[in-house]
Amino acid sequence: MPVEGWQKPDDDASVPSERYHIRVRGVQKTFGPHHVLRGIDLDIERGKINVIIGGSGQGKSVIMKHLMGLLKPDEGNIFVDGEDLVPLDEFQLNRLRKKFGMLFQYAALFDSLTVEENIVFPLVEHGDPDTDGLDERGKPRKRRFFSRAQLHQIAVTQLDKLALPQVLLRKFPSELSGGQRKRVGLARALVMKPKILLYDEPTTGLDPVSTKNVDDMIRDVSKEHGVTSVIISHDMASTFRIGDRISALYGGVILESGPPEEFRHSRHKWLREFIETSGAVQMTPCDEKDLIVDDVS
Amino acid sequence: MWLERLAALLDRIWLPPLRFVLGLVEVLGQHLILLFSVLRWALRPPYRIGVLLEAMVFIGFESLPIVLLISLFVGAVFALQLSSALRTFRAEAFTGATVGLALARELAPVFTSIVVAARAGAGMATELGSMRITEQIDALATMAVNPVQYLIVPRVLAGTIMMPMLAMLFNCVGMCGAYIVAVGIQNVDRGVFIEKAQWMLDSGDITQGMVKAVVFGCVLTLIACHQGYTASGGAKGVGVATTRAVVGSFVTILVLDYFLTDMWLTLFAKRG
Repeated sequence: MPVEGWQKPDDDASVPSERYHIRVRGVQKTFGPHHVLRGIDLDIERGKINVIIGGSGQGKSVIMKHLMGLLKPDEGNIFVDGEDLVPLDEFQLNRLRKKFGMLFQYAALFDSLTVEENIVFPLVEHGDPDTDGLDERGKPRKRRFFSRAQLHQIAVTQLDKLALPQVLLRKFPSELSGGQRKRVGLARALVMKPKILLYDEPTTGLDPVSTKNVDDMIRDVSKEHGVTSVIISHDMASTFRIGDRISALYGGVILESGPPEEFRHSRHKWLREFIETSGAVQMTPCDEKDLIVDDVS
Repeated sequence: MWLERLAALLDRIWLPPLRFVLGLVEVLGQHLILLFSVLRWALRPPYRIGVLLEAMVFIGFESLPIVLLISLFVGAVFALQLSSALRTFRAEAFTGATVGLALARELAPVFTSIVVAARAGAGMATELGSMRITEQIDALATMAVNPVQYLIVPRVLAGTIMMPMLAMLFNCVGMCGAYIVAVGIQNVDRGVFIEKAQWMLDSGDITQGMVKAVVFGCVLTLIACHQGYTASGGAKGVGVATTRAVVGSFVTILVLDYFLTDMWLTLFAKRG
């Protein structure tokens, strides 16, 4: 019996919403015999930190890749500011992707480039993000490209903002620690002034202090830049520390979605175990007979 | 009962070759799709001249020492074998002509491609494979940079441009090697060596070799890029991709060489 998912709002997801930046409706994805996503309904709140939690192999990264159009769903729609990205071709997707920045699990820095070259790479490719898009008359703006000196200055500023020493600029990614790599990855993601930032398990493999630093960094970036953050994680301590809205993925559907406080009262057996086992949060007591057992078979 | 056994036996006999053929068709299809994608993205701006030049240096310039060394000895050993064999018929004067013809039509494009496939092809497959498994290719896409346009187009163009140049140098240095051995060691007359080579070789032979070099350059970079781009399964996957890139390139070059030669001889029969 399939898992019964979270009850989504009834409003039309294709209409641009003040509250929701991204809206996912009925997304299904199959890889060979594996039905990974079985009808995902998900709302991402604008300007908030949205965390998608779930166990390993549940399809969190698959959802993330769908949000940027790196994967196409077999069924369903993904609306970004009311625009469905599913029917878009590669050229149209590239236009939409400029709204996004992404921090990968291991930062995915280009190992043949220095830290400075990594940070300014999107600017070298696309020019000044402020000159992107259409002008008042609806014509494409003339893109402005930065000089070498300007690019260097931007890289220095980005490092300063993320509390990284300038000495790193000439280093290669292989010479950086895990935490430094993530910060450089974030600097590269931020340089194009994205509206939406996606984080793929940002605290995986970090020690507790580095984890807290990364959490602070995500919160600061969200506040300072006003970006919508989407984090996929199974780190419950981080999730409850920084998340404004949590969505739990289980059995290919979103089981629950809402503010962190609501999750403490969840009646889903799997979700309670998942959260309680982490030891990060105390769940409110619940009778065994009231628990909902979700069967994924 | 015996019908079921017969069916099972037939399955065992015809299924493996069928799967093999279907696999070949699938791989061919994947490469053709990638080739079309490369052509489509090659025509669209931005044109990254710096990245193209970097790829040309890697595939062409950095392959030069090994290509020149091999060409010198291929020409030399070919001259050594031929002059000995032709002396039996008192025809050693044709050593230069025969080596020149073989180099121009076959040896230069095939050997150059094999050297480049082993050096640059393996390098490209490893680099792209590593980028794939460390999500660097996904990172490119998230930055609204098409990975095919940024990573594969310059490499395929560079291979297609540099291969005929390398093959041409292979011809020249190979002939030098043949000259040193034939004239210097085997005592073939210098004037006859050059005169017969000039008499036998013409622009059609060189063109044939260059056309092959262009095709091989495009094919081997496409195979290497495809293998690296689609690598999966960690470090082992990168190793598998590299092996497939090199072996696939070798086999494809040799098979294509036969068909290109056949096509050429059919189209220009009088030159046969």
